[in-house]
Amino acid sequence: MKRYATPLRFLVLIGLFVGLEILCRTKVIDPFTMQPPTLIVRDLWNLLAAGKLNKAIAKTLSNAAIGFALAVSVGITAALVIHRVRILREALDPLFATYYAIPVLAFYPLLIIIFGLGNIPKIMIAFMLGVIAVIVNTLNGLDRVPRVMLKTARIVRMSPVETAFRVTLPYAAPYVLTGVKFAVAYSLIGIIGSEFVMSTEGMGFEISFAYTNFDNATMYPLILLILIVSISINLLVGLWEKRLLARRGLR
Amino acid sequence: MTNVHVSLKNVTKQFQREGSGGVVHALGPLDLELRSGEFFAVVGPSGCGKSSLLEVIAGLSPPTQGEVLFEGKSIGGRVPDGIGVVFQEDASFPWLTVADNIVLGLRKIPISNEERQARVDRAIAMMGLKEFTNAYPAQLSGGMRQRVCIARTLVMAPRLILLDEPFGALDQQTRLLMGEEVLKLWRQTGATIFLITHALDEAAMLADRIGVMSARPGRLMDVIETGWPRERDSRVVESPAFGEITARLWKSLRAESIKAIGKADAAS
Repeated sequence: MKRYATPLRFLVLIGLFVGLEILCRTKVIDPFTMQPPTLIVRDLWNLLAAGKLNKAIAKTLSNAAIGFALAVSVGITAALVIHRVRILREALDPLFATYYAIPVLAFYPLLIIIFGLGNIPKIMIAFMLGVIAVIVNTLNGLDRVPRVMLKTARIVRMSPVETAFRVTLPYAAPYVLTGVKFAVAYSLIGIIGSEFVMSTEGMGFEISFAYTNFDNATMYPLILLILIVSISINLLVGLWEKRLLARRGLR
Repeated sequence: MTNVHVSLKNVTKQFQREGSGGVVHALGPLDLELRSGEFFAVVGPSGCGKSSLLEVIAGLSPPTQGEVLFEGKSIGGRVPDGIGVVFQEDASFPWLTVADNIVLGLRKIPISNEERQARVDRAIAMMGLKEFTNAYPAQLSGGMRQRVCIARTLVMAPRLILLDEPFGALDQQTRLLMGEEVLKLWRQTGATIFLITHALDEAAMLADRIGVMSARPGRLMDVIETGWPRERDSRVVESPAFGEITARLWKSLRAESIKAIGKADAAS
């Protein structure tokens, strides 16, 4: 990375922020459409301080966390199995290739009919969105494990399970992390998207409620909060990834 | 009669070719006996099944026919206790430090923690890796990484060490020096060494006996005794016998190498 990249990126962000602020303040963007960014930040602070939406925020984040954890754990396990069972791989490859052409959210009403209007349908949507990204990226990593490392594992007489946890998964870790980053984003999209469509609680529900009531003082701060949560988790995973790659001399 | 350490009887190896369903006859039939404590090298044209031979002896892949005995016991496609292998490719694990890479060799060997540490320390000292104990492989040169892999093999205290072109990826000077170190290790450990190489001079310099393999399917065409004393180093290249050995190796190999290249041309 070039030395001036980080300041440059900050400059872009600040530029966007200041630009929006000017456009809003000069009424080019009217106040019914959007509040100036400084006011959004202030409103977010007030909302969090008042604690009125804490329940909604906690609901969304905990559901997203469950969907994420399921997508990652099931995804990695499934990838390990699919990698070893060739027939499974051949049967499932077309599914992986076309999966993201399917609008998973379209199944949401069906899931509500089956499971009722609770947490489960939303978590399933989040899981279904994320799990394939984890599987595909983990498989990509597993495919790249050099044969010599697998032979070495056999020479030091590791069992297949030990080999998975001590050789193949560590080798594939950077690829797995790419899948994990997708799972972070997809689980938030899955939960909040479902809350938009049909729900009685959560941040998505509150945003759509605020929208129908022209309540910009609630809507924009919530959108900002979602952005902040998603970007910070991604940054954390990104830092971890960077450390892994640096240790291996890859970046 | 000398002690037989490894014996191959009528061993063949065939592969199912990917996709086309054809069968590749890679190896044999081949008979070979390695004596306890000897340094045996194998040379042969590229693609002659040298690596298949090593994998069969290591227990990494079972022979299609025939039998491999290690210390009198049959190897049935399982890696037995007492065998260590160093490969040509870099087999150091990039996410582990040098010390952790080395200690990996001891995973399944039941010894006390003190003994474990002592063995790792000894191997690190022997391979000149002391300053790099806590470094990651990415911080080391190719030669140093190969030392890590050799150290990982050494801690297992193997009675048979298989070397699959371990210096193939290194430059000539490093190779000569690594060759000397392998000779030193061989004397210190008393292990039997089985070296696969494509470099005739390397085989002539290091081995007690050299097996010459034919083009695929690989069979042993000739076994040459070098007659070197046990105490030797890379300076044997100056002796006239060295020239005679390499010349004899090349004489047996030239026709086979041409055959191998012809096959490669026909296949492409």
